[in-house]
Amino acid sequence: MAQAVVAAESGAVAHAAHEEHTTNTGVSNPKLAMWLFLSSEALLFGAFISTYFLYRGRDAQFRKGPTPDKMFNIPFTSVTSFILLMSSLTMVLALAAIQRGDHRRLRIWLLATALFGATFVGGQVFEFTEFYRQGLTLSSNMFGTTFFVLTGLHGVHVTVGIIWLLLLYGRSMQNRLPTEKSLAVEMAGLYWHYVDIVWIFIFFAVYLIPQH
Amino acid sequence: MTTVEDATAVVHAPTRKIRILERPKETTGWFSWVTTVDHKKIAIMYGTLAVFFFVVGGIEALFIRLQLAQPNGTILTAARYNEFFTMHGTTMVFLVGMPIAAAFGNYLMPLMIGARDVAFPRLNMLGFWVFAFGGFFLYSSFALGGAPDGGWFGYAPLTSTPLAQGYLPGRGPDFWAVGLIMLGIGSVATAVNFLVTILNMRAPGMTMMRMPVFVWMMLVIAFLTLFAMPPVTAALIMVFMDRNFHTNFFNAAAGGDPLMYQNLFWIFGHPEVYILILPGMGIVSEILPVFSRKPLFGYAIVVFSGIAIGFLGWGVWAHHMFASGLGPVAVSAFGLSTMLIAIPTGVKIFNWLGTVWGGAVRLRSPMLFALGFIAQFTIGGLSGVMHSIVPSDTQQTDTYFVVAHFHYVLFGGLIFAVFGGFYYWWPKFFGRIMNEPMAKLHFWLMVIGFNLTFFPMHFLGFEGQPRRTYTYPTGMGWDTMNLLATIGAFIIALSVLVFLVNVIYTSRRGPKATADPWDARTLEWSTSSPPPAYNFAHVPVVTHRDDLWHRKYTEDDEGRLVKLPAGAAVDIEDEAHAPVDPHSIHMPSPSIWPMIFALALPILGYGFVFKNYFLLAAGVVVALFGLNGWAIEPSTEPEHAEEGH
Repeated sequence: MAQAVVAAESGAVAHAAHEEHTTNTGVSNPKLAMWLFLSSEALLFGAFISTYFLYRGRDAQFRKGPTPDKMFNIPFTSVTSFILLMSSLTMVLALAAIQRGDHRRLRIWLLATALFGATFVGGQVFEFTEFYRQGLTLSSNMFGTTFFVLTGLHGVHVTVGIIWLLLLYGRSMQNRLPTEKSLAVEMAGLYWHYVDIVWIFIFFAVYLIPQH
Repeated sequence: MTTVEDATAVVHAPTRKIRILERPKETTGWFSWVTTVDHKKIAIMYGTLAVFFFVVGGIEALFIRLQLAQPNGTILTAARYNEFFTMHGTTMVFLVGMPIAAAFGNYLMPLMIGARDVAFPRLNMLGFWVFAFGGFFLYSSFALGGAPDGGWFGYAPLTSTPLAQGYLPGRGPDFWAVGLIMLGIGSVATAVNFLVTILNMRAPGMTMMRMPVFVWMMLVIAFLTLFAMPPVTAALIMVFMDRNFHTNFFNAAAGGDPLMYQNLFWIFGHPEVYILILPGMGIVSEILPVFSRKPLFGYAIVVFSGIAIGFLGWGVWAHHMFASGLGPVAVSAFGLSTMLIAIPTGVKIFNWLGTVWGGAVRLRSPMLFALGFIAQFTIGGLSGVMHSIVPSDTQQTDTYFVVAHFHYVLFGGLIFAVFGGFYYWWPKFFGRIMNEPMAKLHFWLMVIGFNLTFFPMHFLGFEGQPRRTYTYPTGMGWDTMNLLATIGAFIIALSVLVFLVNVIYTSRRGPKATADPWDARTLEWSTSSPPPAYNFAHVPVVTHRDDLWHRKYTEDDEGRLVKLPAGAAVDIEDEAHAPVDPHSIHMPSPSIWPMIFALALPILGYGFVFKNYFLLAAGVVVALFGLNGWAIEPSTEPEHAEEGH
């Protein structure tokens, strides 16, 4: 919810970008707000990632349900992770496009970024369904509890990012996203890259560090 | 939706658009308050609602005291008692302490740094509405299946055990978890806003080390809020998931760990204590110099001590958990860090005393409350240091000694500072000076009532009375002390009543205040009382710390204070009422969208608590509707639109 607010405010403030006065720090207000908000988000993910690590293997004597080493399909998740990381590249291209005033390419790259993001989320939905079929639920064991909640939280963040990108795309289609409002795209970009970086941590923590 | 009706009634705009989507333009009347983005109006709404919740939480406390006045009390049932102490704590922390800081911060911080408003006026408004809806959401639980009853820190697995297993029957813990997540969203929004404002929007010449200490303290608590809310949000999400979706985060039977909850909660919970007290320290640091006619003693040290408290506050959380068996190494480390944090706190107390020492002290009501703060906060601080001695703490855990301790810091400290702040800034807020005899009566009643209520609790704690038990048998030796505490609680209630009477009296009969009635030092007193919407006719250029003081006074060759000669001194009254063309200043326009978005949160909240998919869907729709309107609308309407061309 909170990131949606930042999205709305940054979009609105970008309208008034030409009125902006110089700031004490030299960083524009929306951008500073975004960095502060993302630093706060770091602690939210931090709490869930630490919880994941602290609970790893703690349930050996109670364990019901499947264990991670039996279920993970590392090549599949690597591919969807790669697609998510590549969406950061298209995001950068979208920002570069609006900054040079190339609105056709802006729309292409915004849509490509949203599409890559949606591919990743689709992969996650497929993975969750597959795990559920193999008997892993929220309550089957500690792995199920921590895995679904941590990766699910990240998936929600990606989904919010996709909606944000699509709203920008819609505004651009209505010609309401002129070149001088490139800050709106930049803010979405900051959020999007941040969510990607968080996934690198989660991917390493959950999938690549071997479970015993 | 009368809101919508009223909005359309007064907007004379092209009818091409749907009329409810038109931008509100009122500057007076109740609708102007609902749609305002003016930091001063938002502050007054924060303050009013916080005082309302202070009275509600106080009434809960009075019921608790009535129940405990005598052994085997029968006024409340055990279940109702649990609800009352839980909601008393939750209310005082989340619906009084944090919003009252937002109230003072909102009103004063932009004025003190010479800004026209905060960085994001609509985000500011969102913070208020989330607080308002969140507060009423929490209280609606009384009517909708049981209020929270697991204590204000809601320890898992008590709160996280699924409803079906019946540890805490009723919807209380669900309302509590969802409500606090909601309030956390508002707090983080406000914190981001304050941080950007303080870091980015200071007037020319207002360097960081010229900022009033109050602004520094708001900066520190904004950082603390920013980083403290996410861990508790994570903990609350886990509680909600455990309770409603049968995850195992705190379920020891499946390998979960209840200590995890305690760690996550207190990583938030201890910084939260400083989020509550630092605004009080900021207020006192403003009052003492003005009524001692001396600059704050050791300004830099006070600022750095505040920052040090902010940092050290992250390293002491486990002292809330000494009785949970953390092991000697962890316990010793946290005991030491707890002792360490007493150092910057002690430094501040000595600096305040140094400020008063040798000053031309005027014992007006704000000063009395500030001095009361120092005395009582010191007592609370000392009993706090006692808790760093681990064996002693283990003895005191969950007894009335702890209750006495935190009421000395939060009531004897924060609430006294807040009332001092009310009496000090009332002329600035509302343009009238509060009645002084009634203010002094309020002070003395509150000092007597407060100490009579909470000092005996130290002894009750030593004698072993546990907190949170709804009654006690005769013959425990607790009868007299409990009766004294109850009498004290009603004296406190009387003193608050005196304050409320004074508020009404002042609004009718209070003498009109000049711009600078206290001969004060900081920028908020250089504009009219109350200030115009745009705060300053001309953005001030700052050359000194305590800039206003230096515009009025200088020192002679022997270091004595002398008034600047007429002509050299700036006439504050003239400057405060300087004519200004309102069209030359672009202020943000009112907006309805943040409130609409905030309205989505309780709808989603009820959807989660009752697992009602219709409400969840409705909440998402309202949220998207609000966000979309918010994003499309510019923060300031272009000039021609305002004039209706």
